[in-house]
Amino acid sequence: MDLLMEILQMIIDTSIDVIPIASIIFGFQFLVIRRPIPNLKRVIIGFVYVLVGLSLFLLGLEQALFPLGRLMADQLTNPAFIYGEAGLVPDVINWADYYWVYIFAFAIGFSTTIAEPSLIAVAIKAHEVSGGAIGVWGLRRAVAIGVAVGITLGSYRIVTGLPIHYFIISGYIVVVIQTFFAPKMIVPLAYDSGGVTTSTVTVPLVAALGLGLAETVPGRNVLIDGFGLIAFASLFPIMSVMAYAQITEYMTNRSR
Amino acid sequence: MHQALLALFKSMLGSLRDLLPIILVIGFFQAFVLQQPIPGFLDIIIGTLFIIMGLTFFIYGLEMGLFPIGESMANAFARKGSVVWLLIFAFCLGFGTTVAEPALIAVADEASEVAAQGGMIKNTQDAMESYADGLRFTVAFSVGLAIVIGVLRILKGWSIQYMIMGGYILVVIMTALAPKEIIGIAYDSGGVTTSTITVPLVTALGVGLACSIKGRNPMTDGFGLIAFASLTPMIFVMAYGMVI
Repeated sequence: MDLLMEILQMIIDTSIDVIPIASIIFGFQFLVIRRPIPNLKRVIIGFVYVLVGLSLFLLGLEQALFPLGRLMADQLTNPAFIYGEAGLVPDVINWADYYWVYIFAFAIGFSTTIAEPSLIAVAIKAHEVSGGAIGVWGLRRAVAIGVAVGITLGSYRIVTGLPIHYFIISGYIVVVIQTFFAPKMIVPLAYDSGGVTTSTVTVPLVAALGLGLAETVPGRNVLIDGFGLIAFASLFPIMSVMAYAQITEYMTNRSR
Repeated sequence: MHQALLALFKSMLGSLRDLLPIILVIGFFQAFVLQQPIPGFLDIIIGTLFIIMGLTFFIYGLEMGLFPIGESMANAFARKGSVVWLLIFAFCLGFGTTVAEPALIAVADEASEVAAQGGMIKNTQDAMESYADGLRFTVAFSVGLAIVIGVLRILKGWSIQYMIMGGYILVVIMTALAPKEIIGIAYDSGGVTTSTITVPLVTALGVGLACSIKGRNPMTDGFGLIAFASLTPMIFVMAYGMVI
């Protein structure tokens, strides 16, 4: 019974989030476009599916994944785990002591991105528009690798306390250089994939990891160093998607 | 009926496959690295089932509802030929979907804490709230503007790379000028603005527009709206940090 109430509550909450979008769409449809929507019934059923689906999805995340993910981020960044039970934190920390954190960051970055609904949406669309040249799974894997690398590097940055803009600005330089060499077709999609990766699943887990690290690594300030992981996670997929296209192009050229 | 059930079962298997990497990662770390008991095991199983069902429904609805409506509106606007209304719609879509975004509200609240700690604003509830609200509207405005710029780009056929590079240069300049405390949050704000419903809609809008305008290629012109929407918030949040 409780569960049913929770589901209902979640559907109500999600609906409230969707109301602005729905009112903009239908408002413009009826006031400006003034044409009947083709297959209106189907579209509305689709909207209901999206609403119910998203509600269940969020509820499941909150019930299963987020508590566990937060707990794990806490445990992995705990000095007692990294420096043994005595918890003796040395004055000068060695970034390599946090190797389990980096491995976790990589693995969780990759796996949450694979499950990210908005990335699935964009991958489906890209597959359709490119006439099958871009594979749904190929794109998703490429983006996931980008996020994984980004979050790993971001964790390293929090541990070492290096300024974030060094990384981001060098990232921009790489993106700009890659843009000139990557196949023209992929460039806008690659830029887009930076933004789509970080949403429902990835952000809460990654934020928990960042805050956990900033809290426990000596000399870090939660408010200043705890942020920035998401920025890494939205920059690196741009590179990995362009690299994916470059590699694919290279392979097909060679096999010819 | 039988067939529908079979199709549903198949897509649920697909969703399970999407989720499998997370399950493996968490299982591995629990079993081999942390070796600590997992609290509330039953909840986790139920929650995982919810996630699988939710993802399945979402993808069904995506192809039935969100994609078609995005595309049909793009078509209708293109046929109507009114650029002004299209741009107003683009702005509303960007602004309206961002301003109520829960992730953004959370980030804005955190930012106000940073600002209060850094002495940029008074450390009172009122000052922090108005700072957070101001930030939220700034970001929403910047996303609205981003979609407008992106739609204009599709209409005119401008090439995306120079615009994005210009954006990058602005980010770099702003980074040098903005208060240090705000930089991390500003960089993050680019990622949090694009929600799960906005992304498919905006993508369908872009691709739909590129398809219905002569001489535009849906691949090179249709994508890119999200890219603008994740770039402008960075610039505007840093600007906000400088002004306040």
